[in-house]
Amino acid sequence: MDLALRSFEYWAYSYRRVWRASIATGILAATAMQIGTFESSYPIMAAIRWTRQFHAMLATPLRVRDLIVGHQLYVACRLAVVGGIYLVILAVFGVLHSPLAILALPSVVLVGLAYSGPVSAVSAWLERDEGFNALFRFGVIPMFLFSGTFFPVTRLPHPFREIAYATPLWNGVDLTRQFTLGTATLSRSLAHTAYLLLWIAAGHVLAHRTFRRRLVT
Amino acid sequence: VTAFAVSRTRGHLLFERNLMVYRRTWLTLISGFFEPIFYLFSLGLGLGHFIGDVHGVSYAAYIAPALLASSAMNGAVYDGMTNVFWKLRYGKVYDAMLATPMGPTDVAVGETAWAQFRGLLYATGFVITVAALGLVESWWGVLALPAAVVVGFGFAGMAIGTSTFIRSWQDFDTVQLVQLPMFLFRHLLPALGVSAGDPVARALLAALPRDDARPLVHDRHGRAGEPRERRLPAGPRPLRDVARPAANGRASAHLARGSSPWAIVDSNHGPPPYQSGALTN
Repeated sequence: MDLALRSFEYWAYSYRRVWRASIATGILAATAMQIGTFESSYPIMAAIRWTRQFHAMLATPLRVRDLIVGHQLYVACRLAVVGGIYLVILAVFGVLHSPLAILALPSVVLVGLAYSGPVSAVSAWLERDEGFNALFRFGVIPMFLFSGTFFPVTRLPHPFREIAYATPLWNGVDLTRQFTLGTATLSRSLAHTAYLLLWIAAGHVLAHRTFRRRLVT
Repeated sequence: VTAFAVSRTRGHLLFERNLMVYRRTWLTLISGFFEPIFYLFSLGLGLGHFIGDVHGVSYAAYIAPALLASSAMNGAVYDGMTNVFWKLRYGKVYDAMLATPMGPTDVAVGETAWAQFRGLLYATGFVITVAALGLVESWWGVLALPAAVVVGFGFAGMAIGTSTFIRSWQDFDTVQLVQLPMFLFRHLLPALGVSAGDPVARALLAALPRDDARPLVHDRHGRAGEPRERRLPAGPRPLRDVARPAANGRASAHLARGSSPWAIVDSNHGPPPYQSGALTN
């Protein structure tokens, strides 16, 4: 009886630990998404329309490509700082189950950039900032809540499950979680990384197009 | 009280002005309604599957009133803080208004009334949705609406007052620092017991002012009879947990077998412990 009770307690304890670790890393990746999205929404629109910093920069030898790359670099730095602090806190709370967790830091940066690129293209394309409300309410918050952050995607009904699998956030959450829990496999990690890099590249191309249309012609 | 105050002042003019402005940006107004709904679906119906029943009702039904109060808080704070700050500092809307017979009191009353109207709009939509999902167990649920308005009133006044002290957009991060813990710890996490056992978290919970709001809203749903201790069960004691590295090893072993991290959470290991009462935290 005592043994049964003890094994039950161990089970309950480990269950809670893994659950906590899963949710904690889910929130880490989701925070990266929110930072990446926010930093490329209002600040980009402000620099193009309100304060016109980008116009001033283009009057110097800087080109449109430099503006985009520079902004993404700044976002990457911010993501690395926030992710680093968050990972240290996670380590203190004991939810990192593997030394591979150090790789969660670059993956967090990847998740943030996968959002930052496309969103900066959208910010340059939008006419007014009301669009951001819709973007956050109908894009960011549903992704934050339904992309495997708080519960597995398999709980979702069918069309929504496939949509969730297609989001960069789900790929990022899975990538980060594999590292912090120590369940990473090479093929899966590479697939997630490639998918996130695809989003970053696509965002860069799109941003370049919308920035040029807004700032140059 | 607000109706009285509005009738005595010119606050209704500002209310009317906001109504006209939002006629053009209705998407912003409508979209706020979806936020608590998304949270309800994700936390209540998604996460709730793994939590089971809390105090005899489903987790979705348990957090629904909390989400209602939270959406009243968030609506009032966003409207009273960001919008008022923008109008005050950048839009210079109030400067223009003060050139008319309107005074500062009219502005304050009008903005508070508007924030409450917006909160009531969201609360009504939320209660209807929740009722359609079958999560309201009593007709007293209708009274959750005035309760949410009272919550919104408290926060709207606080938010508009605070927005006059705010110097720049960076100061909003400080506001978030206060608002977010209230949203998370006060309502949603005690049921999970994520941190209710830590002395720090316990002190934090005791210090948060929204203690009154949840019983208020829950009462309307007819199930806040339990004493406070039962609604906030004692959580894990950090020292005892730290002293059990073996359990940690077991979790890692499970993961090393290549199982999905969620598999250990899912209910294929017999009855989940949280339903047996042994692990209510």
